[in-house]
Amino acid sequence: MSELAIETKYIRCKVCGEEYPAGIRLACEECFGPVGLAYDYDAIREKLTKDLIKKRNNNFWRYAELLPVNEPVDGFDPTIGFTPIRRCRNLEERLDLKELFVKDETVNPTYSFKDRSATIGVLKSKEWKLPAVGCASTGNLATATAAAAAKAELPCYIFVPASLSGPKIVVSQAYGAKIIGIEGSYDDANRIANLVADKFGYGLVNINVRPYYIEGSKTIGLEILEQFGWTSPDHILIPLGSGALLSAVYKAYREFETIGFTDISGARISGSQPENCSPIATAFSTGSNEIIPVESPEIYAESLAIGDPASGLEALKIIRETGGFADATTDNEILNGQYLLAKTEGIFAEPAGGTVVASLIRRLESGDIDKDERILLLITGSGLKTINTFVPEEASFPKVPSNLEAVERFLEVT
Amino acid sequence: MVKVVFSSALRSVTNGESEFEIEFSGNISSLFDILKSNYGETFEHRIFENGSPKRYVNVYLDGKDIRFLNGLKTEVKESSEVLFLPAVSGG
Repeated sequence: MSELAIETKYIRCKVCGEEYPAGIRLACEECFGPVGLAYDYDAIREKLTKDLIKKRNNNFWRYAELLPVNEPVDGFDPTIGFTPIRRCRNLEERLDLKELFVKDETVNPTYSFKDRSATIGVLKSKEWKLPAVGCASTGNLATATAAAAAKAELPCYIFVPASLSGPKIVVSQAYGAKIIGIEGSYDDANRIANLVADKFGYGLVNINVRPYYIEGSKTIGLEILEQFGWTSPDHILIPLGSGALLSAVYKAYREFETIGFTDISGARISGSQPENCSPIATAFSTGSNEIIPVESPEIYAESLAIGDPASGLEALKIIRETGGFADATTDNEILNGQYLLAKTEGIFAEPAGGTVVASLIRRLESGDIDKDERILLLITGSGLKTINTFVPEEASFPKVPSNLEAVERFLEVT
Repeated sequence: MVKVVFSSALRSVTNGESEFEIEFSGNISSLFDILKSNYGETFEHRIFENGSPKRYVNVYLDGKDIRFLNGLKTEVKESSEVLFLPAVSGG
């Protein structure tokens, strides 16, 4: 047991509130709703201080009391998390904004926020002595789980839609993972992964280890509050796939508020989905409490191609409660968002990042975002991982003879 | 023979059973009635609401979510597999 861990943790249904002892669990046995982890917050309040956190290393283990890993984690990639908050002065000027920031998750070891959740899921599976790990993935989680499994010396099985290709697959294979391409959508891959978890007892991090896995994503929210001086920016825009990331950030907010570190009142949380896979945004815009799934979504922002979002209702509730919005953006708007962030701030985001930039522009125009708000965009991963689907502005570049005169002539005419 | 498969998360209402086989053809609503009769009130009340699977229970027929087929009127063939899973998906 780590000195930092708080022993008393339990699992609670997010829908009906039924509680269970900590351990491997897929869903609530009463209502079959999603379950999450809860801690002994009184014990944490007595033990954890802001000064203690400040003295720790700049990675996500600095919040160990609010993480569910009980085994020592020495040497397990210390570079995960505590990613930079970057002020976007060029984009502020372009959009006439007072204060705009991004939380830059592209700098994690496998270039997305999924390193946080995959690492917790894999370490928990190792602690439980499960024979193998894996996940169902649209790509980012694949590489993160594969890397964590390599470090943990566990076999790794990744279930993806068979149509997935490019760096996310190749890199996962480099880490030694076995890729299983399921003929169908992400939701088909997820269904099969559920059955595999049941039959073989593997720790599939976003399936049967999910309550623990979510805790890794939560650290993004803890970091945001700490990095903004134990307060929240006025408005956070988060990409929406399953809704789990947005829900995890809000959980972080509630936990730091519960232990007395911050006051989150007034902070708005909004989400952004691609138009062709926007069940959460559709429910928001129609005022519905029902998430109607989308069958076999084929979209540019493939990491958000979750047709049946498990945390959709939870995310919808948070968005409504905090006065945010759920927006839907076209593929073209997403691509333009990627370009704008790259060309103004030097950050090449994956399409999910382009999605929040696109929603920022759209909702500024509609008046749903105030120009005086302190705004934070969550950039979840690097565009390099989706380079195979990125649409370049120019198909080729000019070729010039290798002498200065020729280059001068070229520069003068451009 | 129709094969019905229950996720481990749902076995608290199936007396621990993971599979159920039956000679059947007809719509899935009729199959649900047989399952309710077989597993009793607890199964019925915790899995279903107004005749349909509850919000957090997904039912698949031969790999297809019945919400994308014909809902409660979806026809089940004699060799079909029906799968009950909790609605857990995505990162």
